[in-house]
Amino acid sequence: MTTADPHLLTGAHALHALPDDERAAFERHLADCEPCARETAELHATAARLGLAVATAPRPAMREEVLRRITAVRQQPPGPPAAPRRARAALRAHRLSRWTLAACLAAAAALGGTAVWQYERAEDAQRQARRAEQGTAEIAAVLAAPDATTRAAALGDGATGTVVVSRERDEAVFVASGMARPPAGKVYQLWYDDGGTMRSAGLMDPGRADQAVLMEGAVDGASAMGITVEPEGGSRRPTSDPVALMGLPT
Amino acid sequence: MKEAVHIGRNPSREPDLQELMARVALGDEEAFASVYDRVVSPVLGVVRSVLRDGAQSEEVAQEVLVEVWRTAPGYRADRGTVINWILTLAHRRAVDRVRSVEAAAARDHKAAALSRMPEYDEVVEQVEARIEREQVRRCLSGLTEIQHQAVTLAYYRGLTYRQVAEALTLPLGTVKTRLRDGLIRLRDCLGVTA
Repeated sequence: MTTADPHLLTGAHALHALPDDERAAFERHLADCEPCARETAELHATAARLGLAVATAPRPAMREEVLRRITAVRQQPPGPPAAPRRARAALRAHRLSRWTLAACLAAAAALGGTAVWQYERAEDAQRQARRAEQGTAEIAAVLAAPDATTRAAALGDGATGTVVVSRERDEAVFVASGMARPPAGKVYQLWYDDGGTMRSAGLMDPGRADQAVLMEGAVDGASAMGITVEPEGGSRRPTSDPVALMGLPT
Repeated sequence: MKEAVHIGRNPSREPDLQELMARVALGDEEAFASVYDRVVSPVLGVVRSVLRDGAQSEEVAQEVLVEVWRTAPGYRADRGTVINWILTLAHRRAVDRVRSVEAAAARDHKAAALSRMPEYDEVVEQVEARIEREQVRRCLSGLTEIQHQAVTLAYYRGLTYRQVAEALTLPLGTVKTRLRDGLIRLRDCLGVTA
């Protein structure tokens, strides 16, 4: 189906006109072909000009909606760009010149919405796993603290929640049992209640019904803790009514 | 840098957009609002040219803008200008939406391509109506008819090159070549550098 010369695909690539399988094959080729990578980057920039030419005024209310939405979206961590794995592998395998790599990354970033996204998801999961490992020892320390006090509550649907607080350590652990899976794209978010003001205390793992979570941040003066259902990534402030509110033992 | 790579016709705007992105990367919501103001029209335009449907276009455009916020810390100036980065993302998302809808409907590619095909003139009209986009218009009109049709169907309709081939009843190899040499001609005419 494909012609022998992959160089010809730079235009189709820049216009997002390649089916996924051919795109993947072409991107592998890009890593080895500096002229192709340069041409591809230039043609992507050219395609963007076609986009500029069709600017359309949005509905004025859309501005407020987008600005509201971003307050609930956590930004990806800074640092080295999240290069798709394919590009990284290419770097190791082929010792590209710095320039070629930059162009390839540009091209990959340009089209790679999905690949980049998947890569970031994988990184998120790794970070969470690391946090969980560190968390285990801390959870044990809170549960074993001499001054630890416990408050348990039924959360409905047979689920129970137990919160363990060590005022001395100024930390709390929330232990969930039989929690229903949150709706797709949602997570359970934990909150400290500072006299009516909710302060985020981190997210629960949406995939596990039973889990112990070290609540993020100091207990400080919090008098209660709450759980809400929030969009993936969590929110800065609760956006839904709490599924549970529990007073903290003093 | 040539003027042509800057946004619109005002070369002083792009450095601002770069600076704004640096602030957005640090979580500055006000800076994001300024970025929004500068890019929302072309983002919506790109998505709408591909998706046609107003409500769906707005939904995808919003997703793109939220994605700009989310991934801002990963943006690097050496990957290209801010506006190129954002419009490429917008086009990609619009095309993904079209294709997922097509896949979900399990429609025959040929039928899909043909049913979408005749409207390309209308998009060109839209482009040509804008005096401030004179340069793009002039350069598009400098393409051969086949280059013009192929590039237009792929970019403004989100067709794959196979769908373009079916719509224009051209061999696959010819379409690949025309997409490439058409864009190269546009690149040279617009003075685009990567």
